[in-house]
Amino acid sequence: MAFHAHGTSDPAGTPTRILLIGIAGFVAFVVLLAVLEQVGVPHRVIGFLFVFFTLAVYAGIGILSRTTQADVYFVAGRRVPALFNGMATAANWLSAAPFLGLAGTLYVLGYDGLAFVIGWSGGFVLLGVLIVPYLRRFGAYTVPDFLAARFGGHAARFLGVVVLLSCSLAFLAAQLTATGLVASRFLGIGFETAVFIGLAGILLCAVLGGMRAVTWTQVAQYVVLITAYLTPVVILSVQRYGVPVPQLLYGQALQEIAGLEKQFAASGETLTPYLQPFTSYSPLEFFGLILCLTVGTASLPHLLMRYLTTPGVRETRRSVGWSLVFVVLLLFTAPAYAAFAKLEVYQAVIGTAVDSLPDWIYAYGNLGLVKICGADATAVEAIKAACASSGTTDGLLRLGDVSIDRDVIVIATPEIAGLPYVIAGLVAAGALAATLSSADGLLLAISGALSHDLYYKMARPRASASQRLFAARILLILVAIGAAWLAATKPADILSMTAWSFSLAAAGNFPALVLGIWWKRCTSAGAVAGIVAGFGLTLFYVLMTRYGDMEPWFGVPNISAALFGLPAGFVVTVAVSLMTRRPSRAVQRLLDAVRKPGAPLTEGGDPRRTAG
Amino acid sequence: MANRNDTARWSRTRTLAFVCLAIWAVFGFGIHAFAGGLNAVSVFGFPLGYYMAAQGSLIAFVILAFWFGGRQDAIDHEHGVAEDDF
Repeated sequence: MAFHAHGTSDPAGTPTRILLIGIAGFVAFVVLLAVLEQVGVPHRVIGFLFVFFTLAVYAGIGILSRTTQADVYFVAGRRVPALFNGMATAANWLSAAPFLGLAGTLYVLGYDGLAFVIGWSGGFVLLGVLIVPYLRRFGAYTVPDFLAARFGGHAARFLGVVVLLSCSLAFLAAQLTATGLVASRFLGIGFETAVFIGLAGILLCAVLGGMRAVTWTQVAQYVVLITAYLTPVVILSVQRYGVPVPQLLYGQALQEIAGLEKQFAASGETLTPYLQPFTSYSPLEFFGLILCLTVGTASLPHLLMRYLTTPGVRETRRSVGWSLVFVVLLLFTAPAYAAFAKLEVYQAVIGTAVDSLPDWIYAYGNLGLVKICGADATAVEAIKAACASSGTTDGLLRLGDVSIDRDVIVIATPEIAGLPYVIAGLVAAGALAATLSSADGLLLAISGALSHDLYYKMARPRASASQRLFAARILLILVAIGAAWLAATKPADILSMTAWSFSLAAAGNFPALVLGIWWKRCTSAGAVAGIVAGFGLTLFYVLMTRYGDMEPWFGVPNISAALFGLPAGFVVTVAVSLMTRRPSRAVQRLLDAVRKPGAPLTEGGDPRRTAG
Repeated sequence: MANRNDTARWSRTRTLAFVCLAIWAVFGFGIHAFAGGLNAVSVFGFPLGYYMAAQGSLIAFVILAFWFGGRQDAIDHEHGVAEDDF
C-alpha cells in the first residue's frame, strides 16, 4: 500500500512499474484475507477489511496528489499517457450499472439485454471519430467551454451546464444507490446511512485532488474492479468446464440452458427462450436502446472530460482505443456471468423442494431482493405459506415462482456458486471501486461546470484561482448532498437511472457538439434552440413517464428517452441554423484551427499566449 | 485560414469518418437485425446471432477504433499537419 500510494503521487516517474507493484500488492492482500478466512476470522471482519483497505488506498492517492493549480485540477496538467488514460477512462465509465446491473439484466432478458453491450461499446467509436480529438485540440476544461467558444456567449454555456448537471445527477444517484446496496449487504449498515457514508468517501478524493488525483485513483480502481469482476466467473468456469476462460466457454452453458428450457417447456411451463432475439424488446425498442446508449456514451460530459487530459490529439485518439479495450474486457464477461447464474438457478433452484433451498436465497431474501412465490424469501415458513396459496402443491419450485432482483446477480454469484466468503468480499470491493470511480469523475465534472463555467466564466470573471477552487469545493458538497437525497428516495433501479442519464446527455450534447464541429453553417441560435428542444423533450419524457403517469409513446420505454429528443435536437438545430445568419469569420477560423491537430488553442476557454 | 492543403486533408478526414460510421452502423445495428437467422449457425458452441451481439461486434469496434487512429494519423502526416511530440 505504501508503495502504491507513494508511486502514484508522482505519475511522471514510471507508471507501469508502479502499476505492477500495485497489482501485486492487491493480489497479496486478497490472498492474506483468504488465509484469514481459513483460520476462522469472521466474515464481517473480512468484509470491513476489504472495504476499508481499498478506500484507504484511494484516499491516500487523492491526498498525495492534491493540488491548487487550475490546469492540474481540471485536466491533470494534460500529461496522462494514452494507455493510462484509457484505463482511468474505463474505470470512470464503468459504473455500478455495467458492474452490478448488466449481468442481472442479461440474466433476465437473455439476448435482448445485449443491446446494452452493443450500445455501450459502439459509443466509444462515435466519440473517438466525431468528438474528442477536436475538444482536445480546442483546449477546453469542460464541455460547456467548447460550446461557449463555438456558439458565443452565455446562453450556450449555461445550457451546457444544465445538461451536464442533470445527466450527472441521475448518474451519481445510481452510483449512490449501488453503494447503499453493497454496504447494506456486506457491512450491515442501513441503506440511507450507507449512501451518505459512501458520499463522504467520494468527496474526500474528488474535492481534494481534482483531476490528477482522480486519474491515478481511477487507475487503481480499474485494477480492483476488473480483478473482482473476473475472479468469480473464472472460478465458476473452472468448476464447470475445467478451463479458466469463461468468455469462450459459456457457449456450452448457453447450450445447456437451451436444453433445460426445452425440458421446462415440455413439462408445460411458459417461458421466453433465453437465446431468442426480440422476446422482451421489440426490434424498435432494441435498436432504439442501442442508439440511445451509443450516442449517450459519446456525449457524457464526465467521460468526454477524461480525454482532455492527454498530452495531444494523437494520444487522445489512441486513448479512445485503449479505453474501449478495457471496457470491453468487462462487457465481454457480463454475458458469461448471466449464463452461469441462469444455469445454476435452473439446475439448483427450479424443481427443488421449497424446504431444501440453498442458503443464499434467504441471505438476499432478507434484504427484499429474492422473492419466492411472490413473497420475500425471509424464512422457510414464509415461502411455504406463499407457495401453498399460489398453487405449488407438490412443494417443488417452478420457473415462475422464483424472482431475483437484477441488481444482485453479480454480488450473489459467489454465494450462489458456494465460493469462499473472501471472493464475495472481493466482488463487493470491486463494486465499490466501480461506483466510486464513476462518482469521482462525475463530481469532478459537476464541480468543473459549477466553478469554472458558472462561477468564473459567468458570475465572477475576475475570481482568482484559489477562489475558484474554493467555490468549486463548496458547490460540490451541495450538489453531492442533493444526489444523495435523490438516491435515498430510490427513484428506479440502477440501470434505469443510468440509462436516463445517457439519454439526457445524448439529446442535450450530441447534436450541438457534432454539428458544431462538423458543420460550419451551424449557428448559435440553431444550437441553443436544438439543445432546448432535444434536451427539453427528453427530460419531459423521463419525468412524465416516471412521475406523471404518462403512457409511453409508441411503447418506447423511458430508458430510451432520447429516441425522441435526439432527432428533435438535430432537426431544430439544422432548421434554425439555416434560418439565421451564417457564423462570423472568427468562428469559421476557430473551426479551421480546431480541425487540425496541434497544441491546445485555449487554456480552459481563455486565449493562450502560445496558441499555434 | 484554410488553404488548399487543409481543404484536401479535411475532405480525406471526412471520408474516413464516414467509412468509420458506416462500419459502426453495420456492427451496431445492421447485423443484429438478422440475429434470428444467424442463430441457426453455431460458432465455438455459441449461436452466431448471439455471438455477434455479445462478442463479434465488440471485437469489430476495438479494431475499428485503433484502425481509425492509425489512418487519421497517416492522413495528418501526409499533409504535414501531424503534431510533433510535445
